[in-house]
Amino acid sequence: MRNLIISPSPHIHSDLTTRRLMRDVLIALFPAMLVSILSYGFSAVRLLMVGVLSCVILEYLIQKFILKTAVTVNDCSAAVTGVLLALNLPPCTPWWVVFIGSIVAIGIVKMTFGGLGQNIFNPAITARVFLLVSFPVIMTDWTIPQGWISAGTDAFSGATPLSIVKEGLKTGLTPEQIFTAHPSLSCGQMLFARIGGSAGEASALALILGFIYLLVRKVIKPTIPVAVIGTVFVVSGIFYLIDSSSFTGPVFNILTGGVLLGAIFMATDYVTSPMSCSGQIVYGIGIGLLTVLIRFFGAYPEGVSFAILIMNAVVPLLNKYMRPARFGAK
Amino acid sequence: MTNTLLFTVLTLTLLGLVLAVILFFVARRFRVEEDPRIDEVESVMPGANCGGCGFAGCRAFAENAVKAPSLDGIFCPVGGNAVMKKVAMKLGVEVVEKAPMVAVVRCNGSCENRPRTSVYDGTASCKVKNALYSGDTGCRYGCLGCGDCEKACPFGAIRINPETLLPEVDEELCTACGNCVKACPKGIIELRNKGPKNRRMFVSCMNKDKGGVARKACSAACIGCRKCEKVCPFGAITVEDNLSYIDFTKCKLCRKCFDECPTQAIHAVNFPPRPVKSASAPSAEAVAAKEPVLPKAETTVTEKKEE
Amino acid sequence: MSKTFKMGGVHPNDHKISNDCAVEVMPVPSRAYISMSQHLGAPATPIVQKGDKVKVGQLIATPSGFMSANVHSSVSGTVFSVEPVADLAGNKVMSVIIDVEGDEWMENIDRSSDIVRDIKMTGEEIVARVKECGVVGLGGASFPTHIKLCPPPGKKAEFLIINGAECEPYLTSDYRIMLERPEEILIGTRILMKALDVNKAFVGIEDNKPEAIASMKSFSSQYPEIEVVVLKKKYPQGGEKQLIDAVTGRSVPSMGLPIDTGVVVQNAATALSVYEAVQKNKPVIDNTVTVTGECLAKSHNWLVRVGTPYEEILQLSGGVPENAAKIISGGPMMGKAVSNLKAPTVKANGALLILTEEQTVRKPESNCIRCGKCIDACPMGLEPYLLNKLARAGRMDELEAHNVYDCIECGCCLFTCPANIPLLDYIRGAKGEVIRIMRSRPKK
Repeated sequence: MRNLIISPSPHIHSDLTTRRLMRDVLIALFPAMLVSILSYGFSAVRLLMVGVLSCVILEYLIQKFILKTAVTVNDCSAAVTGVLLALNLPPCTPWWVVFIGSIVAIGIVKMTFGGLGQNIFNPAITARVFLLVSFPVIMTDWTIPQGWISAGTDAFSGATPLSIVKEGLKTGLTPEQIFTAHPSLSCGQMLFARIGGSAGEASALALILGFIYLLVRKVIKPTIPVAVIGTVFVVSGIFYLIDSSSFTGPVFNILTGGVLLGAIFMATDYVTSPMSCSGQIVYGIGIGLLTVLIRFFGAYPEGVSFAILIMNAVVPLLNKYMRPARFGAK
Repeated sequence: MTNTLLFTVLTLTLLGLVLAVILFFVARRFRVEEDPRIDEVESVMPGANCGGCGFAGCRAFAENAVKAPSLDGIFCPVGGNAVMKKVAMKLGVEVVEKAPMVAVVRCNGSCENRPRTSVYDGTASCKVKNALYSGDTGCRYGCLGCGDCEKACPFGAIRINPETLLPEVDEELCTACGNCVKACPKGIIELRNKGPKNRRMFVSCMNKDKGGVARKACSAACIGCRKCEKVCPFGAITVEDNLSYIDFTKCKLCRKCFDECPTQAIHAVNFPPRPVKSASAPSAEAVAAKEPVLPKAETTVTEKKEE
Repeated sequence: MSKTFKMGGVHPNDHKISNDCAVEVMPVPSRAYISMSQHLGAPATPIVQKGDKVKVGQLIATPSGFMSANVHSSVSGTVFSVEPVADLAGNKVMSVIIDVEGDEWMENIDRSSDIVRDIKMTGEEIVARVKECGVVGLGGASFPTHIKLCPPPGKKAEFLIINGAECEPYLTSDYRIMLERPEEILIGTRILMKALDVNKAFVGIEDNKPEAIASMKSFSSQYPEIEVVVLKKKYPQGGEKQLIDAVTGRSVPSMGLPIDTGVVVQNAATALSVYEAVQKNKPVIDNTVTVTGECLAKSHNWLVRVGTPYEEILQLSGGVPENAAKIISGGPMMGKAVSNLKAPTVKANGALLILTEEQTVRKPESNCIRCGKCIDACPMGLEPYLLNKLARAGRMDELEAHNVYDCIECGCCLFTCPANIPLLDYIRGAKGEVIRIMRSRPKK
């Protein structure tokens, strides 16, 4: 008989691996990718291809030639970053802007901090904010390219619902007047079909489908998304009730501006979100609150990315002070 | 325009002044009086902060050296006598010279000598492995090979040889701080006299099992046959619990035990190779006199020299 | 509604492949190695010498301290020697080695299979008998039972919980005895209730053992004071604190004992030993051992004499298969890997599990992705990822501040970690060290 293997207990392992978790996130993103390809056609395909390929190749090159460590692109985390980055950009973003975004996401945000699990900020969100600040014109060019399905209308050709509303409010209109002027801003329209905005926001339903998949596969717990969406709903609801002539309603706020994409896929990023349940609730509420505040009172029409980024910075603190409930604690 | 500039400059200057006054008083109020000699002593320390002296770093060493009435029992193993002399000079006290020491690994259970009996699949830590079981060989006293000593060494002086899976000490780098001695859960590593011309003898085994059992587990094990004890003219060797031990304060490096040991468990380090194997082994002095050209050659007699 | 504990836990596949293997009596070995350390606490002191004749059930070692237990001979024959013998981990433990001659039992042991239902003894007599017969907790920790039956002054037990959860995958020894000897277990439960002077007992069984639940319920109906509680399958349900939480909803305080919540937990197999000790005067000389694993042609549940070498058990179970890579004494979550097959069984040995390389080899460790799955899995509400980091850095004061001493070493964190970080390896060592430091502190 050959030599026996000896190790400390436990002697079995669940089949959970980092790779499987990341693969599940990719699968969950699949409906959103599909809708965005169908709505925006070749532009969306190019966007996703450039995003994923550049992220994966950059991670490989950095690990192989600069850091000279084991290459871990197999864990699919770079691919997830690539897809998320692509879905967070306007469908018409030029390929070189996407590439710069990948350099920021992988090269600066992820690898300089030590690779997977070590970064403080969400790579895709940071890259998006970096691009938004660096290329404001390109990043707010919401021109809708020709897609394979032509649901919806081009009535608002190129502007996101939030920017339409923001511009409208500036000129003194009430939200109600804006909505009557733009019939495409109805909730039904936003739930099912293309609305102006990032590639990933084409359909809220596709994102919710992905959310359900993540919950079923137990990749994430519903805590953070529910906290984010709930807070956006409640806070914008309060503002709406106080003054419906200058603030938009809660449902509109949830369905636009990447709240769903951010709450489901970006805020729940393992690495940059708190680990305990209580921490996750505080984190989610923080994102929701900041999002609404930036939207209603800030210069930018939308604030999910900034809110997530700000709350990312708070995560180490939350991890330190919001500890899980302990068994038998007095 | 000028007004704006003026106000800005004025406010900032005023703010700076106020803060400076606050700082001044705070610094005076919370000032910590310290013996200036502590800084002086610290300045001559090696600054490795290894803790080998038993204090938490060089600063703590300096504090204790200044506080203590004499330097007895206070010794920096890293700096050795040279640093201790400087410390003594700064403090104006006497210091006794200590013989330099080096870490010695007392196990020769290489993969070849000591066949593996199980495969360890846990964390690469001797501490974890030791808590789990007696080890992946038949010898429960020997080296576990996970390199806790290597991780504990602040000087990179001890490394696991991937071929033998045993730690090897680089005596040039070793400062005898004793971190590896503390890290080894099996207590294999010992600080021993570096010896004249770095030559030293030691029993490279910790196996306390009976001869037959020990031999079965490892071909280089000390079997407690007492031949070395009998042959030693200086009474430096004692055998207890089937294990021989050479007292380095008594050993005169004659190498009689080395010739006698049937399992080559006794190691002689840094001796020049002997030209002819004569019936009666020459004394160390004679060897040294015969070959004055080769004193620097570091040859481990029983082990292959690394690289 | 099945009950379960509130916090954490994992769901490994239960692999109960030896469920349908009835308990077989294993032949007496030719030489028995009886360890003096078969219980938590100080090893027992041998009272026999080389050459002494002993009978089955004869006392061969007495306790050497408060926390210790009697040891009896499991075979009859001549004492070959009293010397240290390597245990399953290769560490030497003082043992009595007996060359077996025949199978002659002590005359005062009732060997008939009749079930004795009347409990004639008083509470004190029961405790004395349990102590005399060397009964220890057979759930794994081998806590001497008589100590558990004497709560510290000022504390009183309200409930007794019989642990029939058997939450570890593969193990079926408790399942089989609950199926085959339910009435004896229930009488043992009543004996324990009398010793503890409690009026209510629960038998907790996980819902993946419907037959055992049915069999226990069919007899428990005659004893209104004993209630069979169905538990939802979840590991580590059989952990004392988790079981108390699941059955009564009470939480044992940190660093506290079950008795602090008025509960005493005993394993089902222990209840059976108590029955045998009190009603039959039979000391603990044998126990049920599951021999199982997918790579075995046939799994077994054996009634094995204490001190039988593992080798012999494996031989009689069809030998160790060629592709066996790891042999575990106990379950796959908390059992110990066996490095020495010559090691003998002890009282609390519940299983020998044989796993292949694919089933057990650890996958390479990768970066922590801070997914928090270890926190979700930890039944004690600890932060394994953080404890692991602190333990690797040797930061004992912070480990204490993060309650490392609460760890029950269930292995849920390592089981679930997607990055295969050996979390428990370091935490286990650090826990021991922190507890040692805490104990060494002067008490206030």
